[in-house]
Amino acid sequence: MSSTISLTPASARRKALNRAVYIARRNPLLVIGAVVIFAWVLAAPLAPSLATHDILAQDIASRLQPPSAAHLWGTDELGRDIYSRVLFGARITIPAGVSVIIIGSLIGTVIGAVAGFVGGIWDEVIMRLTELFMAFPTIILAMAITAALGPDIRNAIIALVVVWWPSYARLVRGMVLKVKQMEYVEAAACLGAPRAYILWRTVLPNCIAPAIILTTLDIGNAILTFAGLSFLGLGPEPTSPEWGRMVAVGIDYFDQWWTWLFPGMAIASLVIAFNFIGDSLRDLLDPRMR
Amino acid sequence: MPIHLYVLRRVIFTIPILLGITLVAFVIANAVPSDPINANLPQSQLNNTELVEAFRKEWGLDKPPVEQYLTYLGNLLQGNFGRSIKSRQPIAEDIARYLPATIELATTGTVAGVVLGVVFGIISAVWQNRLIDYLVRAFGLIGVSVPVFVLALVGLTVLHAELGWVAGPGRLGARLTPPPNVTGLFLIDSALAGNWIVFRDALSRLVLPSLVLGMYISGIISRITRSSMLEVLRADYMRTARSKGLRERVVVLRHGLSNAMVPIVTVIGLSYGSLLSGAVLTESIFAWPGIGRYMFRASTSQDFPAIMGVSILIASIYVIVNLIVDVLYYFLDPRIRAA
Repeated sequence: MSSTISLTPASARRKALNRAVYIARRNPLLVIGAVVIFAWVLAAPLAPSLATHDILAQDIASRLQPPSAAHLWGTDELGRDIYSRVLFGARITIPAGVSVIIIGSLIGTVIGAVAGFVGGIWDEVIMRLTELFMAFPTIILAMAITAALGPDIRNAIIALVVVWWPSYARLVRGMVLKVKQMEYVEAAACLGAPRAYILWRTVLPNCIAPAIILTTLDIGNAILTFAGLSFLGLGPEPTSPEWGRMVAVGIDYFDQWWTWLFPGMAIASLVIAFNFIGDSLRDLLDPRMR
Repeated sequence: MPIHLYVLRRVIFTIPILLGITLVAFVIANAVPSDPINANLPQSQLNNTELVEAFRKEWGLDKPPVEQYLTYLGNLLQGNFGRSIKSRQPIAEDIARYLPATIELATTGTVAGVVLGVVFGIISAVWQNRLIDYLVRAFGLIGVSVPVFVLALVGLTVLHAELGWVAGPGRLGARLTPPPNVTGLFLIDSALAGNWIVFRDALSRLVLPSLVLGMYISGIISRITRSSMLEVLRADYMRTARSKGLRERVVVLRHGLSNAMVPIVTVIGLSYGSLLSGAVLTESIFAWPGIGRYMFRASTSQDFPAIMGVSILIASIYVIVNLIVDVLYYFLDPRIRAA
C-alpha cells in the first residue's frame, strides 16, 4: 500500500515505454511508417557507401538492362545504375519536401499569429490574402510561379512555400484567437508584459501543437507535389537523379518498366509512410475517428 | 431564406475572390518577370517596334500599375486573355479548343472518385474495425500516396499493354475521325451522331485516365464518408429507424447517408481542386489534348500569357464548383433553408 504513488525515474521510464509499446501494438501502420521513413532518412546520407555504381557513369553498352545481379534495379537509357541513382535521389526529394514544410509552416505561423493577435484591418487583409492563394489548385499556382522564376530546385521550393503557407496561417490564427481570450494572457498583460512578449512567449507556445500535427500530415503531400513539379520538368535539371524527374525520363522507355517503376515506388513508399504516420496520429488525437 | 436570395448572396461573395484571382495572376505575370514585354512577346517580335508599341498600348504598360491592372481586367472581361506565344493564337480560342477534353475527363474522373469513395466509406463505417475496414482504408491511403503519374504508368502497363482491357493513350484512335462538334465532349457528340464505333473507342480511352483521377480523390472522399457515417450511425434516429423494423439497407442509405451528406459534398467540392491538379499530370501522360496538357506545355516553354490565362480559368472553375457546393447545402440541409 505504501509505495504505490511514488514514481521513481526508472518506473516512470518503464511506464512511458509500456505506453509506447501499447500505442505501437494498436497502430501497426504507425510503426510501418516510422520504419520506412527511418530507412530512407538513413539511406540519404549513406548513399555513397550503399550505392553500387557511380550515378553519373554512363555505359552505353549496357543501356536499358533489366534488373540483374550487376544492376539490382536495371540501367537507364545511358546505362546508368538505377538503384544507385534512386539512393542519391533521396538526397534531393526528402530535403526538398521537408524544407517546403518547415519554411512554409514557419512563415504561415508567424503571419497567422500576427493576424490573430493584432486583429482589425490587418487580420482582415491577411485572411482575404490567404483565401486568394487557396483559390488556386496547388500545382497550378506552383507551376505559374516556377515558370516565372525559372525552373530549378530552389525555385520549385520557393513556389511550393508560396502555395503552402496560407493553410498554416489560417490554422494558427484560429488558435491565437481562442488562446488570446485566456485568463493567463490577461494576467500577463496586467503584469505589464509588452505585447510582442505576450504573443511570442505566452500565446504562441499554446497554439503551435495543431500546426505541428498538420506538418506530419502534410509532408507526404509536399513530397508528392515537389515530385510532380519535377516530373513536369519544373524542378531539377534532366540529368538529376531526382525521383519525379527519373520517372519522366523513364516514360520515353515505357516498355522498360524498371526505368520508371523503381523511382516511382521510391516516391510512393515515402509518401505512404508519411501518410501512415499522419493518419495514425490523427486517429490517436481525434477520438471521433476511432 | 428563399433559394434565389441564398444563391444571390453566395454569388456576391464569390465576386471579390474571382477579382482577387486575377490580381494574383496579374502580380505573378507582371511583377515576377523583370520585363513583361520580354516575357509576353516571342523573341522574333521584340525588335519590331510597332508590335512592341501595340502590345504596350493594348495592355496599358506605359501607365501606372493600378491602371495596368484595370486594363488587364477590362481585357479579361471582354474574353481577351492575350495571345499565346507558342501557338500564336488568342488564348481564349486555345482554351475553347482544349477545355471540352478536360471537362469530359474531369467529369468521369469525379464520378469514378465519388462512387469509389462513398461506397468504400460506407463499407468502412458499417464494418468499423473489421478486416474490410482496414483493407479499404489502406487502399484509400495508397490512392492519395502513389503519385498520379506512377499510377497511370502502372495502369497502362497492366491494363493496356499486358491485359489489353482498355485502350491506350489519346482521346481517340488514330484511324477514327472525331464526331461533329456539338458539345466538344466526344461521348455525347458521337452518341448524338449515332456513331457507336467512335463512342466505344472514346469510352474505352476514358476508362483508365478516369480511374487514375478517381482513385486520387476517392481516398479523401472515403475518409470523410467514413467519419461522417460513423457519427451518424450512432445517432438516436438510426435506432428509431431500426426499431420501426426498416430494412438495414434503407436504414444505412436513407437515414444514414442522407444525413452524412453535408461534409461529403463539401469534400467533393474541395477535392475538385486536387482533381484539376491531377488532370495536369494525367493529361500529360495520357497525351490527353486538354487544358492540363496545354498548361504543362505553356509552363515548360515559358508561354506566360497562356500560363496566366489557364491559371485564372482553372482557379475560377474551382471557385465556381465550390459555389455550386454551397448551393447544394441548401437542398441537403433543411437548417440552412430555415435560417
